[in-house]
Amino acid sequence: MSAAGKKVICLFFEVHQPFRLKRYRFFDLGHDHYYYDDYTNESILRKVAERCYLPANKIILDLINKHKGKFKVAFSVSGILIDQLRLYAPEVLDSFRKLAETGSVEFLAETQAHSLASLKSRAEFEKQVNNHVGLVKEFIGYDPQSFRNTEMIYSDQMGAWVADMGFKAMLTEGAKHILGWKSPNFLYCNTINPRLKVLLRNFVLSDDIAFRFSNRSWNEWPLTADKYALWLEKISKKSELVNIFIDYETFGEHNSAESGIFDFLEHMPAAILKKTPFRFMTPTEISKTLQPVAAISVPSPISWADEERDLTAWLGNELQSAAFEKLYELEERVYRCNSDQIFKDWTYLQSSDHFYYMSTKFFSDGIVHTYFNPYDNPYEAFMNYMNVLSDFEIRLNRICNTSEQELAMIRVREQIKEKDEIIRKQEKEIETLRSKLQKLTGTAGKTTGKEKKSKETVKKSGTEKKTRSLAEIAAEAIAKSKIVKTKTEAKKKPVKAGAAKKSVKAGASKKSTAGKTAAKKEVPAKKAGPRKTTVKKTASKKTGAAATKTATGKKTTGAKKSK
Amino acid sequence: MRVLMFGWEFPPHISGGLGTASYGLTRGMTSLKDMEVIFVVPKAWGDEDQSAVRLIGANNIPVAYRRISYRGFTREVEKIEVRSEIIPYTDPEEFWKITRRKEAAGQRILVRTDNKGKIEFSGRYNGNLLEEIYNYSVVAAVIASEENFDIIHAHDWLAYPAGIAASQVSGKPLVIHVHATDFDRSGGNVNPEVYRIEKQGMDAAARIITVSNLTRDIVISKYNIDPAKVETVYNAVEPVDVTEQLQVNKGFDEKVVTFLGRITLQKGPEYFIEAANKVLKVMKNVRFVMAGSGDMMERMMRRAAALRITDRFHFTGFLRGRDVFTMLAMSDVYIMPSVSEPFGISPLEAMLSNVPVIISKQSGVAEILTHAVKVDFWDIDAMADAIYGILTYPALSGEFIRNGREEVIRIKWENSARHVREIYEEVLGKNKSH
Repeated sequence: MSAAGKKVICLFFEVHQPFRLKRYRFFDLGHDHYYYDDYTNESILRKVAERCYLPANKIILDLINKHKGKFKVAFSVSGILIDQLRLYAPEVLDSFRKLAETGSVEFLAETQAHSLASLKSRAEFEKQVNNHVGLVKEFIGYDPQSFRNTEMIYSDQMGAWVADMGFKAMLTEGAKHILGWKSPNFLYCNTINPRLKVLLRNFVLSDDIAFRFSNRSWNEWPLTADKYALWLEKISKKSELVNIFIDYETFGEHNSAESGIFDFLEHMPAAILKKTPFRFMTPTEISKTLQPVAAISVPSPISWADEERDLTAWLGNELQSAAFEKLYELEERVYRCNSDQIFKDWTYLQSSDHFYYMSTKFFSDGIVHTYFNPYDNPYEAFMNYMNVLSDFEIRLNRICNTSEQELAMIRVREQIKEKDEIIRKQEKEIETLRSKLQKLTGTAGKTTGKEKKSKETVKKSGTEKKTRSLAEIAAEAIAKSKIVKTKTEAKKKPVKAGAAKKSVKAGASKKSTAGKTAAKKEVPAKKAGPRKTTVKKTASKKTGAAATKTATGKKTTGAKKSK
Repeated sequence: MRVLMFGWEFPPHISGGLGTASYGLTRGMTSLKDMEVIFVVPKAWGDEDQSAVRLIGANNIPVAYRRISYRGFTREVEKIEVRSEIIPYTDPEEFWKITRRKEAAGQRILVRTDNKGKIEFSGRYNGNLLEEIYNYSVVAAVIASEENFDIIHAHDWLAYPAGIAASQVSGKPLVIHVHATDFDRSGGNVNPEVYRIEKQGMDAAARIITVSNLTRDIVISKYNIDPAKVETVYNAVEPVDVTEQLQVNKGFDEKVVTFLGRITLQKGPEYFIEAANKVLKVMKNVRFVMAGSGDMMERMMRRAAALRITDRFHFTGFLRGRDVFTMLAMSDVYIMPSVSEPFGISPLEAMLSNVPVIISKQSGVAEILTHAVKVDFWDIDAMADAIYGILTYPALSGEFIRNGREEVIRIKWENSARHVREIYEEVLGKNKSH
């Protein structure tokens, strides 16, 4: 067979926490547009960070260093979690970045919101994946090459989309009903686009760690690293690839530190490397090394959730599907609104956890459903979510109901406001610079007439430039606001005139100060040399600052420093 | 005239209309001359409004020290003497000790008390209700032997046994007030034990007050009571000062249609959802609110989800105090589609808050209101029609608001109280002539 008897084990951890919603009442509709329970979110995240993320990251980093590249893992850190880490636990992000730097850790792409977008809208799905890739690049410093969807949701169609986006491999569940007699312990590929490799989770060996590890009524309890290696060794002859995909919170959260889970994590790599033929690899590496044995056909979506390995944990009852449909009915309007805050809420509201909380499957998998669940029952979860969604819709309608023209008007008005602000700032700056110049020239004293003249000319040219640049700004504002022709015409004119006036005024005042400074120069010639140059410098800086209308503040401080 | 009244709840600790009604009635009574009311509830919390009545919590009456005081009563009281063989116990171990001594356990009744000899009541409609009702009657007997009064008035079945016991101890006549029967609560699926208690109360009473003719007919036909004994006294509503009403700033433009009450079979919540669905098919700028909680809430949520109207159909859970007024102030239509409503005070409150109301013909309040839309509870088309009409035609809703307010202001508890006093006088007069 392929790849000459290579035995590979792939460790993957899902890292995700949602933005939980606060109790949002009907009476808040239309008034309160903040939906998140900051206290709960922060306290849960801090707790998880301290009990799981930080200690586990440290152990993994140590293991990588210890095994010198032989130990490798993969993570998928959801976009929502990255946002939360930035808010509440930036040190965790640092530790992930450190892991990325080792080169032995792969970070996978997923949907930014840990959402179910793949079930509804390809466009939204792709947008979210791209957003997530951006976030991972920016905050973890890794460019993801492989993909895994929210909660291992996968179908042939999704696989094809993911392949089209250029990803090499995708992770999913080794669900019995899709595998039939086949073994999950080989590499497969997508049926539509065979270039996409599909890694199937070995749920027995994964759940041994994730769910059974601290279960004392389990006949294999306690699970040790050696025992685990022995099990792997037993299946090694008949398998090429064992995929262990688990929740990262398995370490320290679902299994407490007292259960010995961290010791297990610490000793497992050595035991596996020593006692089994398996070698650690990450998904992208696997996609390049191993050959797929067959295509795996998954016509309807599967996931890693619950006994059924389907979507019923999120879309299993009427409440869930109603909420889900209502949410995605808003998609088009959200994009028409084009507002950052709306996009943010849109992302956070999509997180699959909100639907998970509405699940009424309390029997076989009840315990898993109650992890970090802020609600007493699914009905409460539904009530709250729908209220929030209604408020979100009210906001959308407020923005969207305004017609295209009105929108353009609003934008122009905003632009004018912005430009006014810039003009105001620059006027202030001119003022401060002038007073500084006055001080300077007061002490600078003696300069020859020639120098005076030259300085004057410099200054004049400077002010001229300034007037020109201000006029340019006004012109630019006008050019931009040309979207609406007739209506805004009237508005533009006063602005133009105002800007022009202002610039003229500024120019005039400049000239007069230049004159003054020229008159008042009676300081020893020795000092005058260097001073003069600084004056020139500041003058040139000034013009520069005025020309580049933005970041003027910075430049002036720069000028200050140069003195 | 002194009245010893037995109720089950008293504001602010209420779970339904019963507390509101008994409070309103006692307030009305004490505004009349020479009327004094002693109001007994199973559990007094201590923060009730006692300006109008003296409130006694049965949970504050020690039972253990009173046993002997019943001696020397006439034949009627002999039963009580049996009951006076109550053996209070404070913990299960003691109970076990007592029951071990067979002669002690024989004919006697064991009542669990705390270490001061007081019985603990939960004061709620759950737990072991029948036991609580029974315990309540035991304490009622103790109270009746202590207090001085002319007549006994018991509100609803939970208090009937207490009223009977008090009447037997004191020999004073009993008037019972039927706010609802089990036929209303269960939708026809009557609990035989509850029926038995109700029937006993009605038989023992000198007069029966019903809150509507609808209920009167049920009492007469289903409980086989002599019609001459049953009289209707309509409920009323506490006037609210409109200027005091909070002006609510609604955060959205849509109209609001409100259902406010327990989400149970009796209140017909499913008809509201179906009507809402019909309205939403023809107009979008409307939101429906189902405020309250109850055993059918989850089913209703699933139904709303299945109809795909949850973006316009909201659930608030149980509302308390101010939230109720806020809700009414936000509403453009109030709807009470009760399958069987003996009276129904809430539409009156809505009308006072300037909200047009739609009520079911199967409600007692329909007998006294003219300026309200009345529909059959099952007629969702008519309901949807009415909602649409009121929301769409401002002239119509304006008319309902103006006339409704005028109408409802005249429905005063004082009038109901006067009516009740007439009944008392008749009963007492009849008693004297015997």
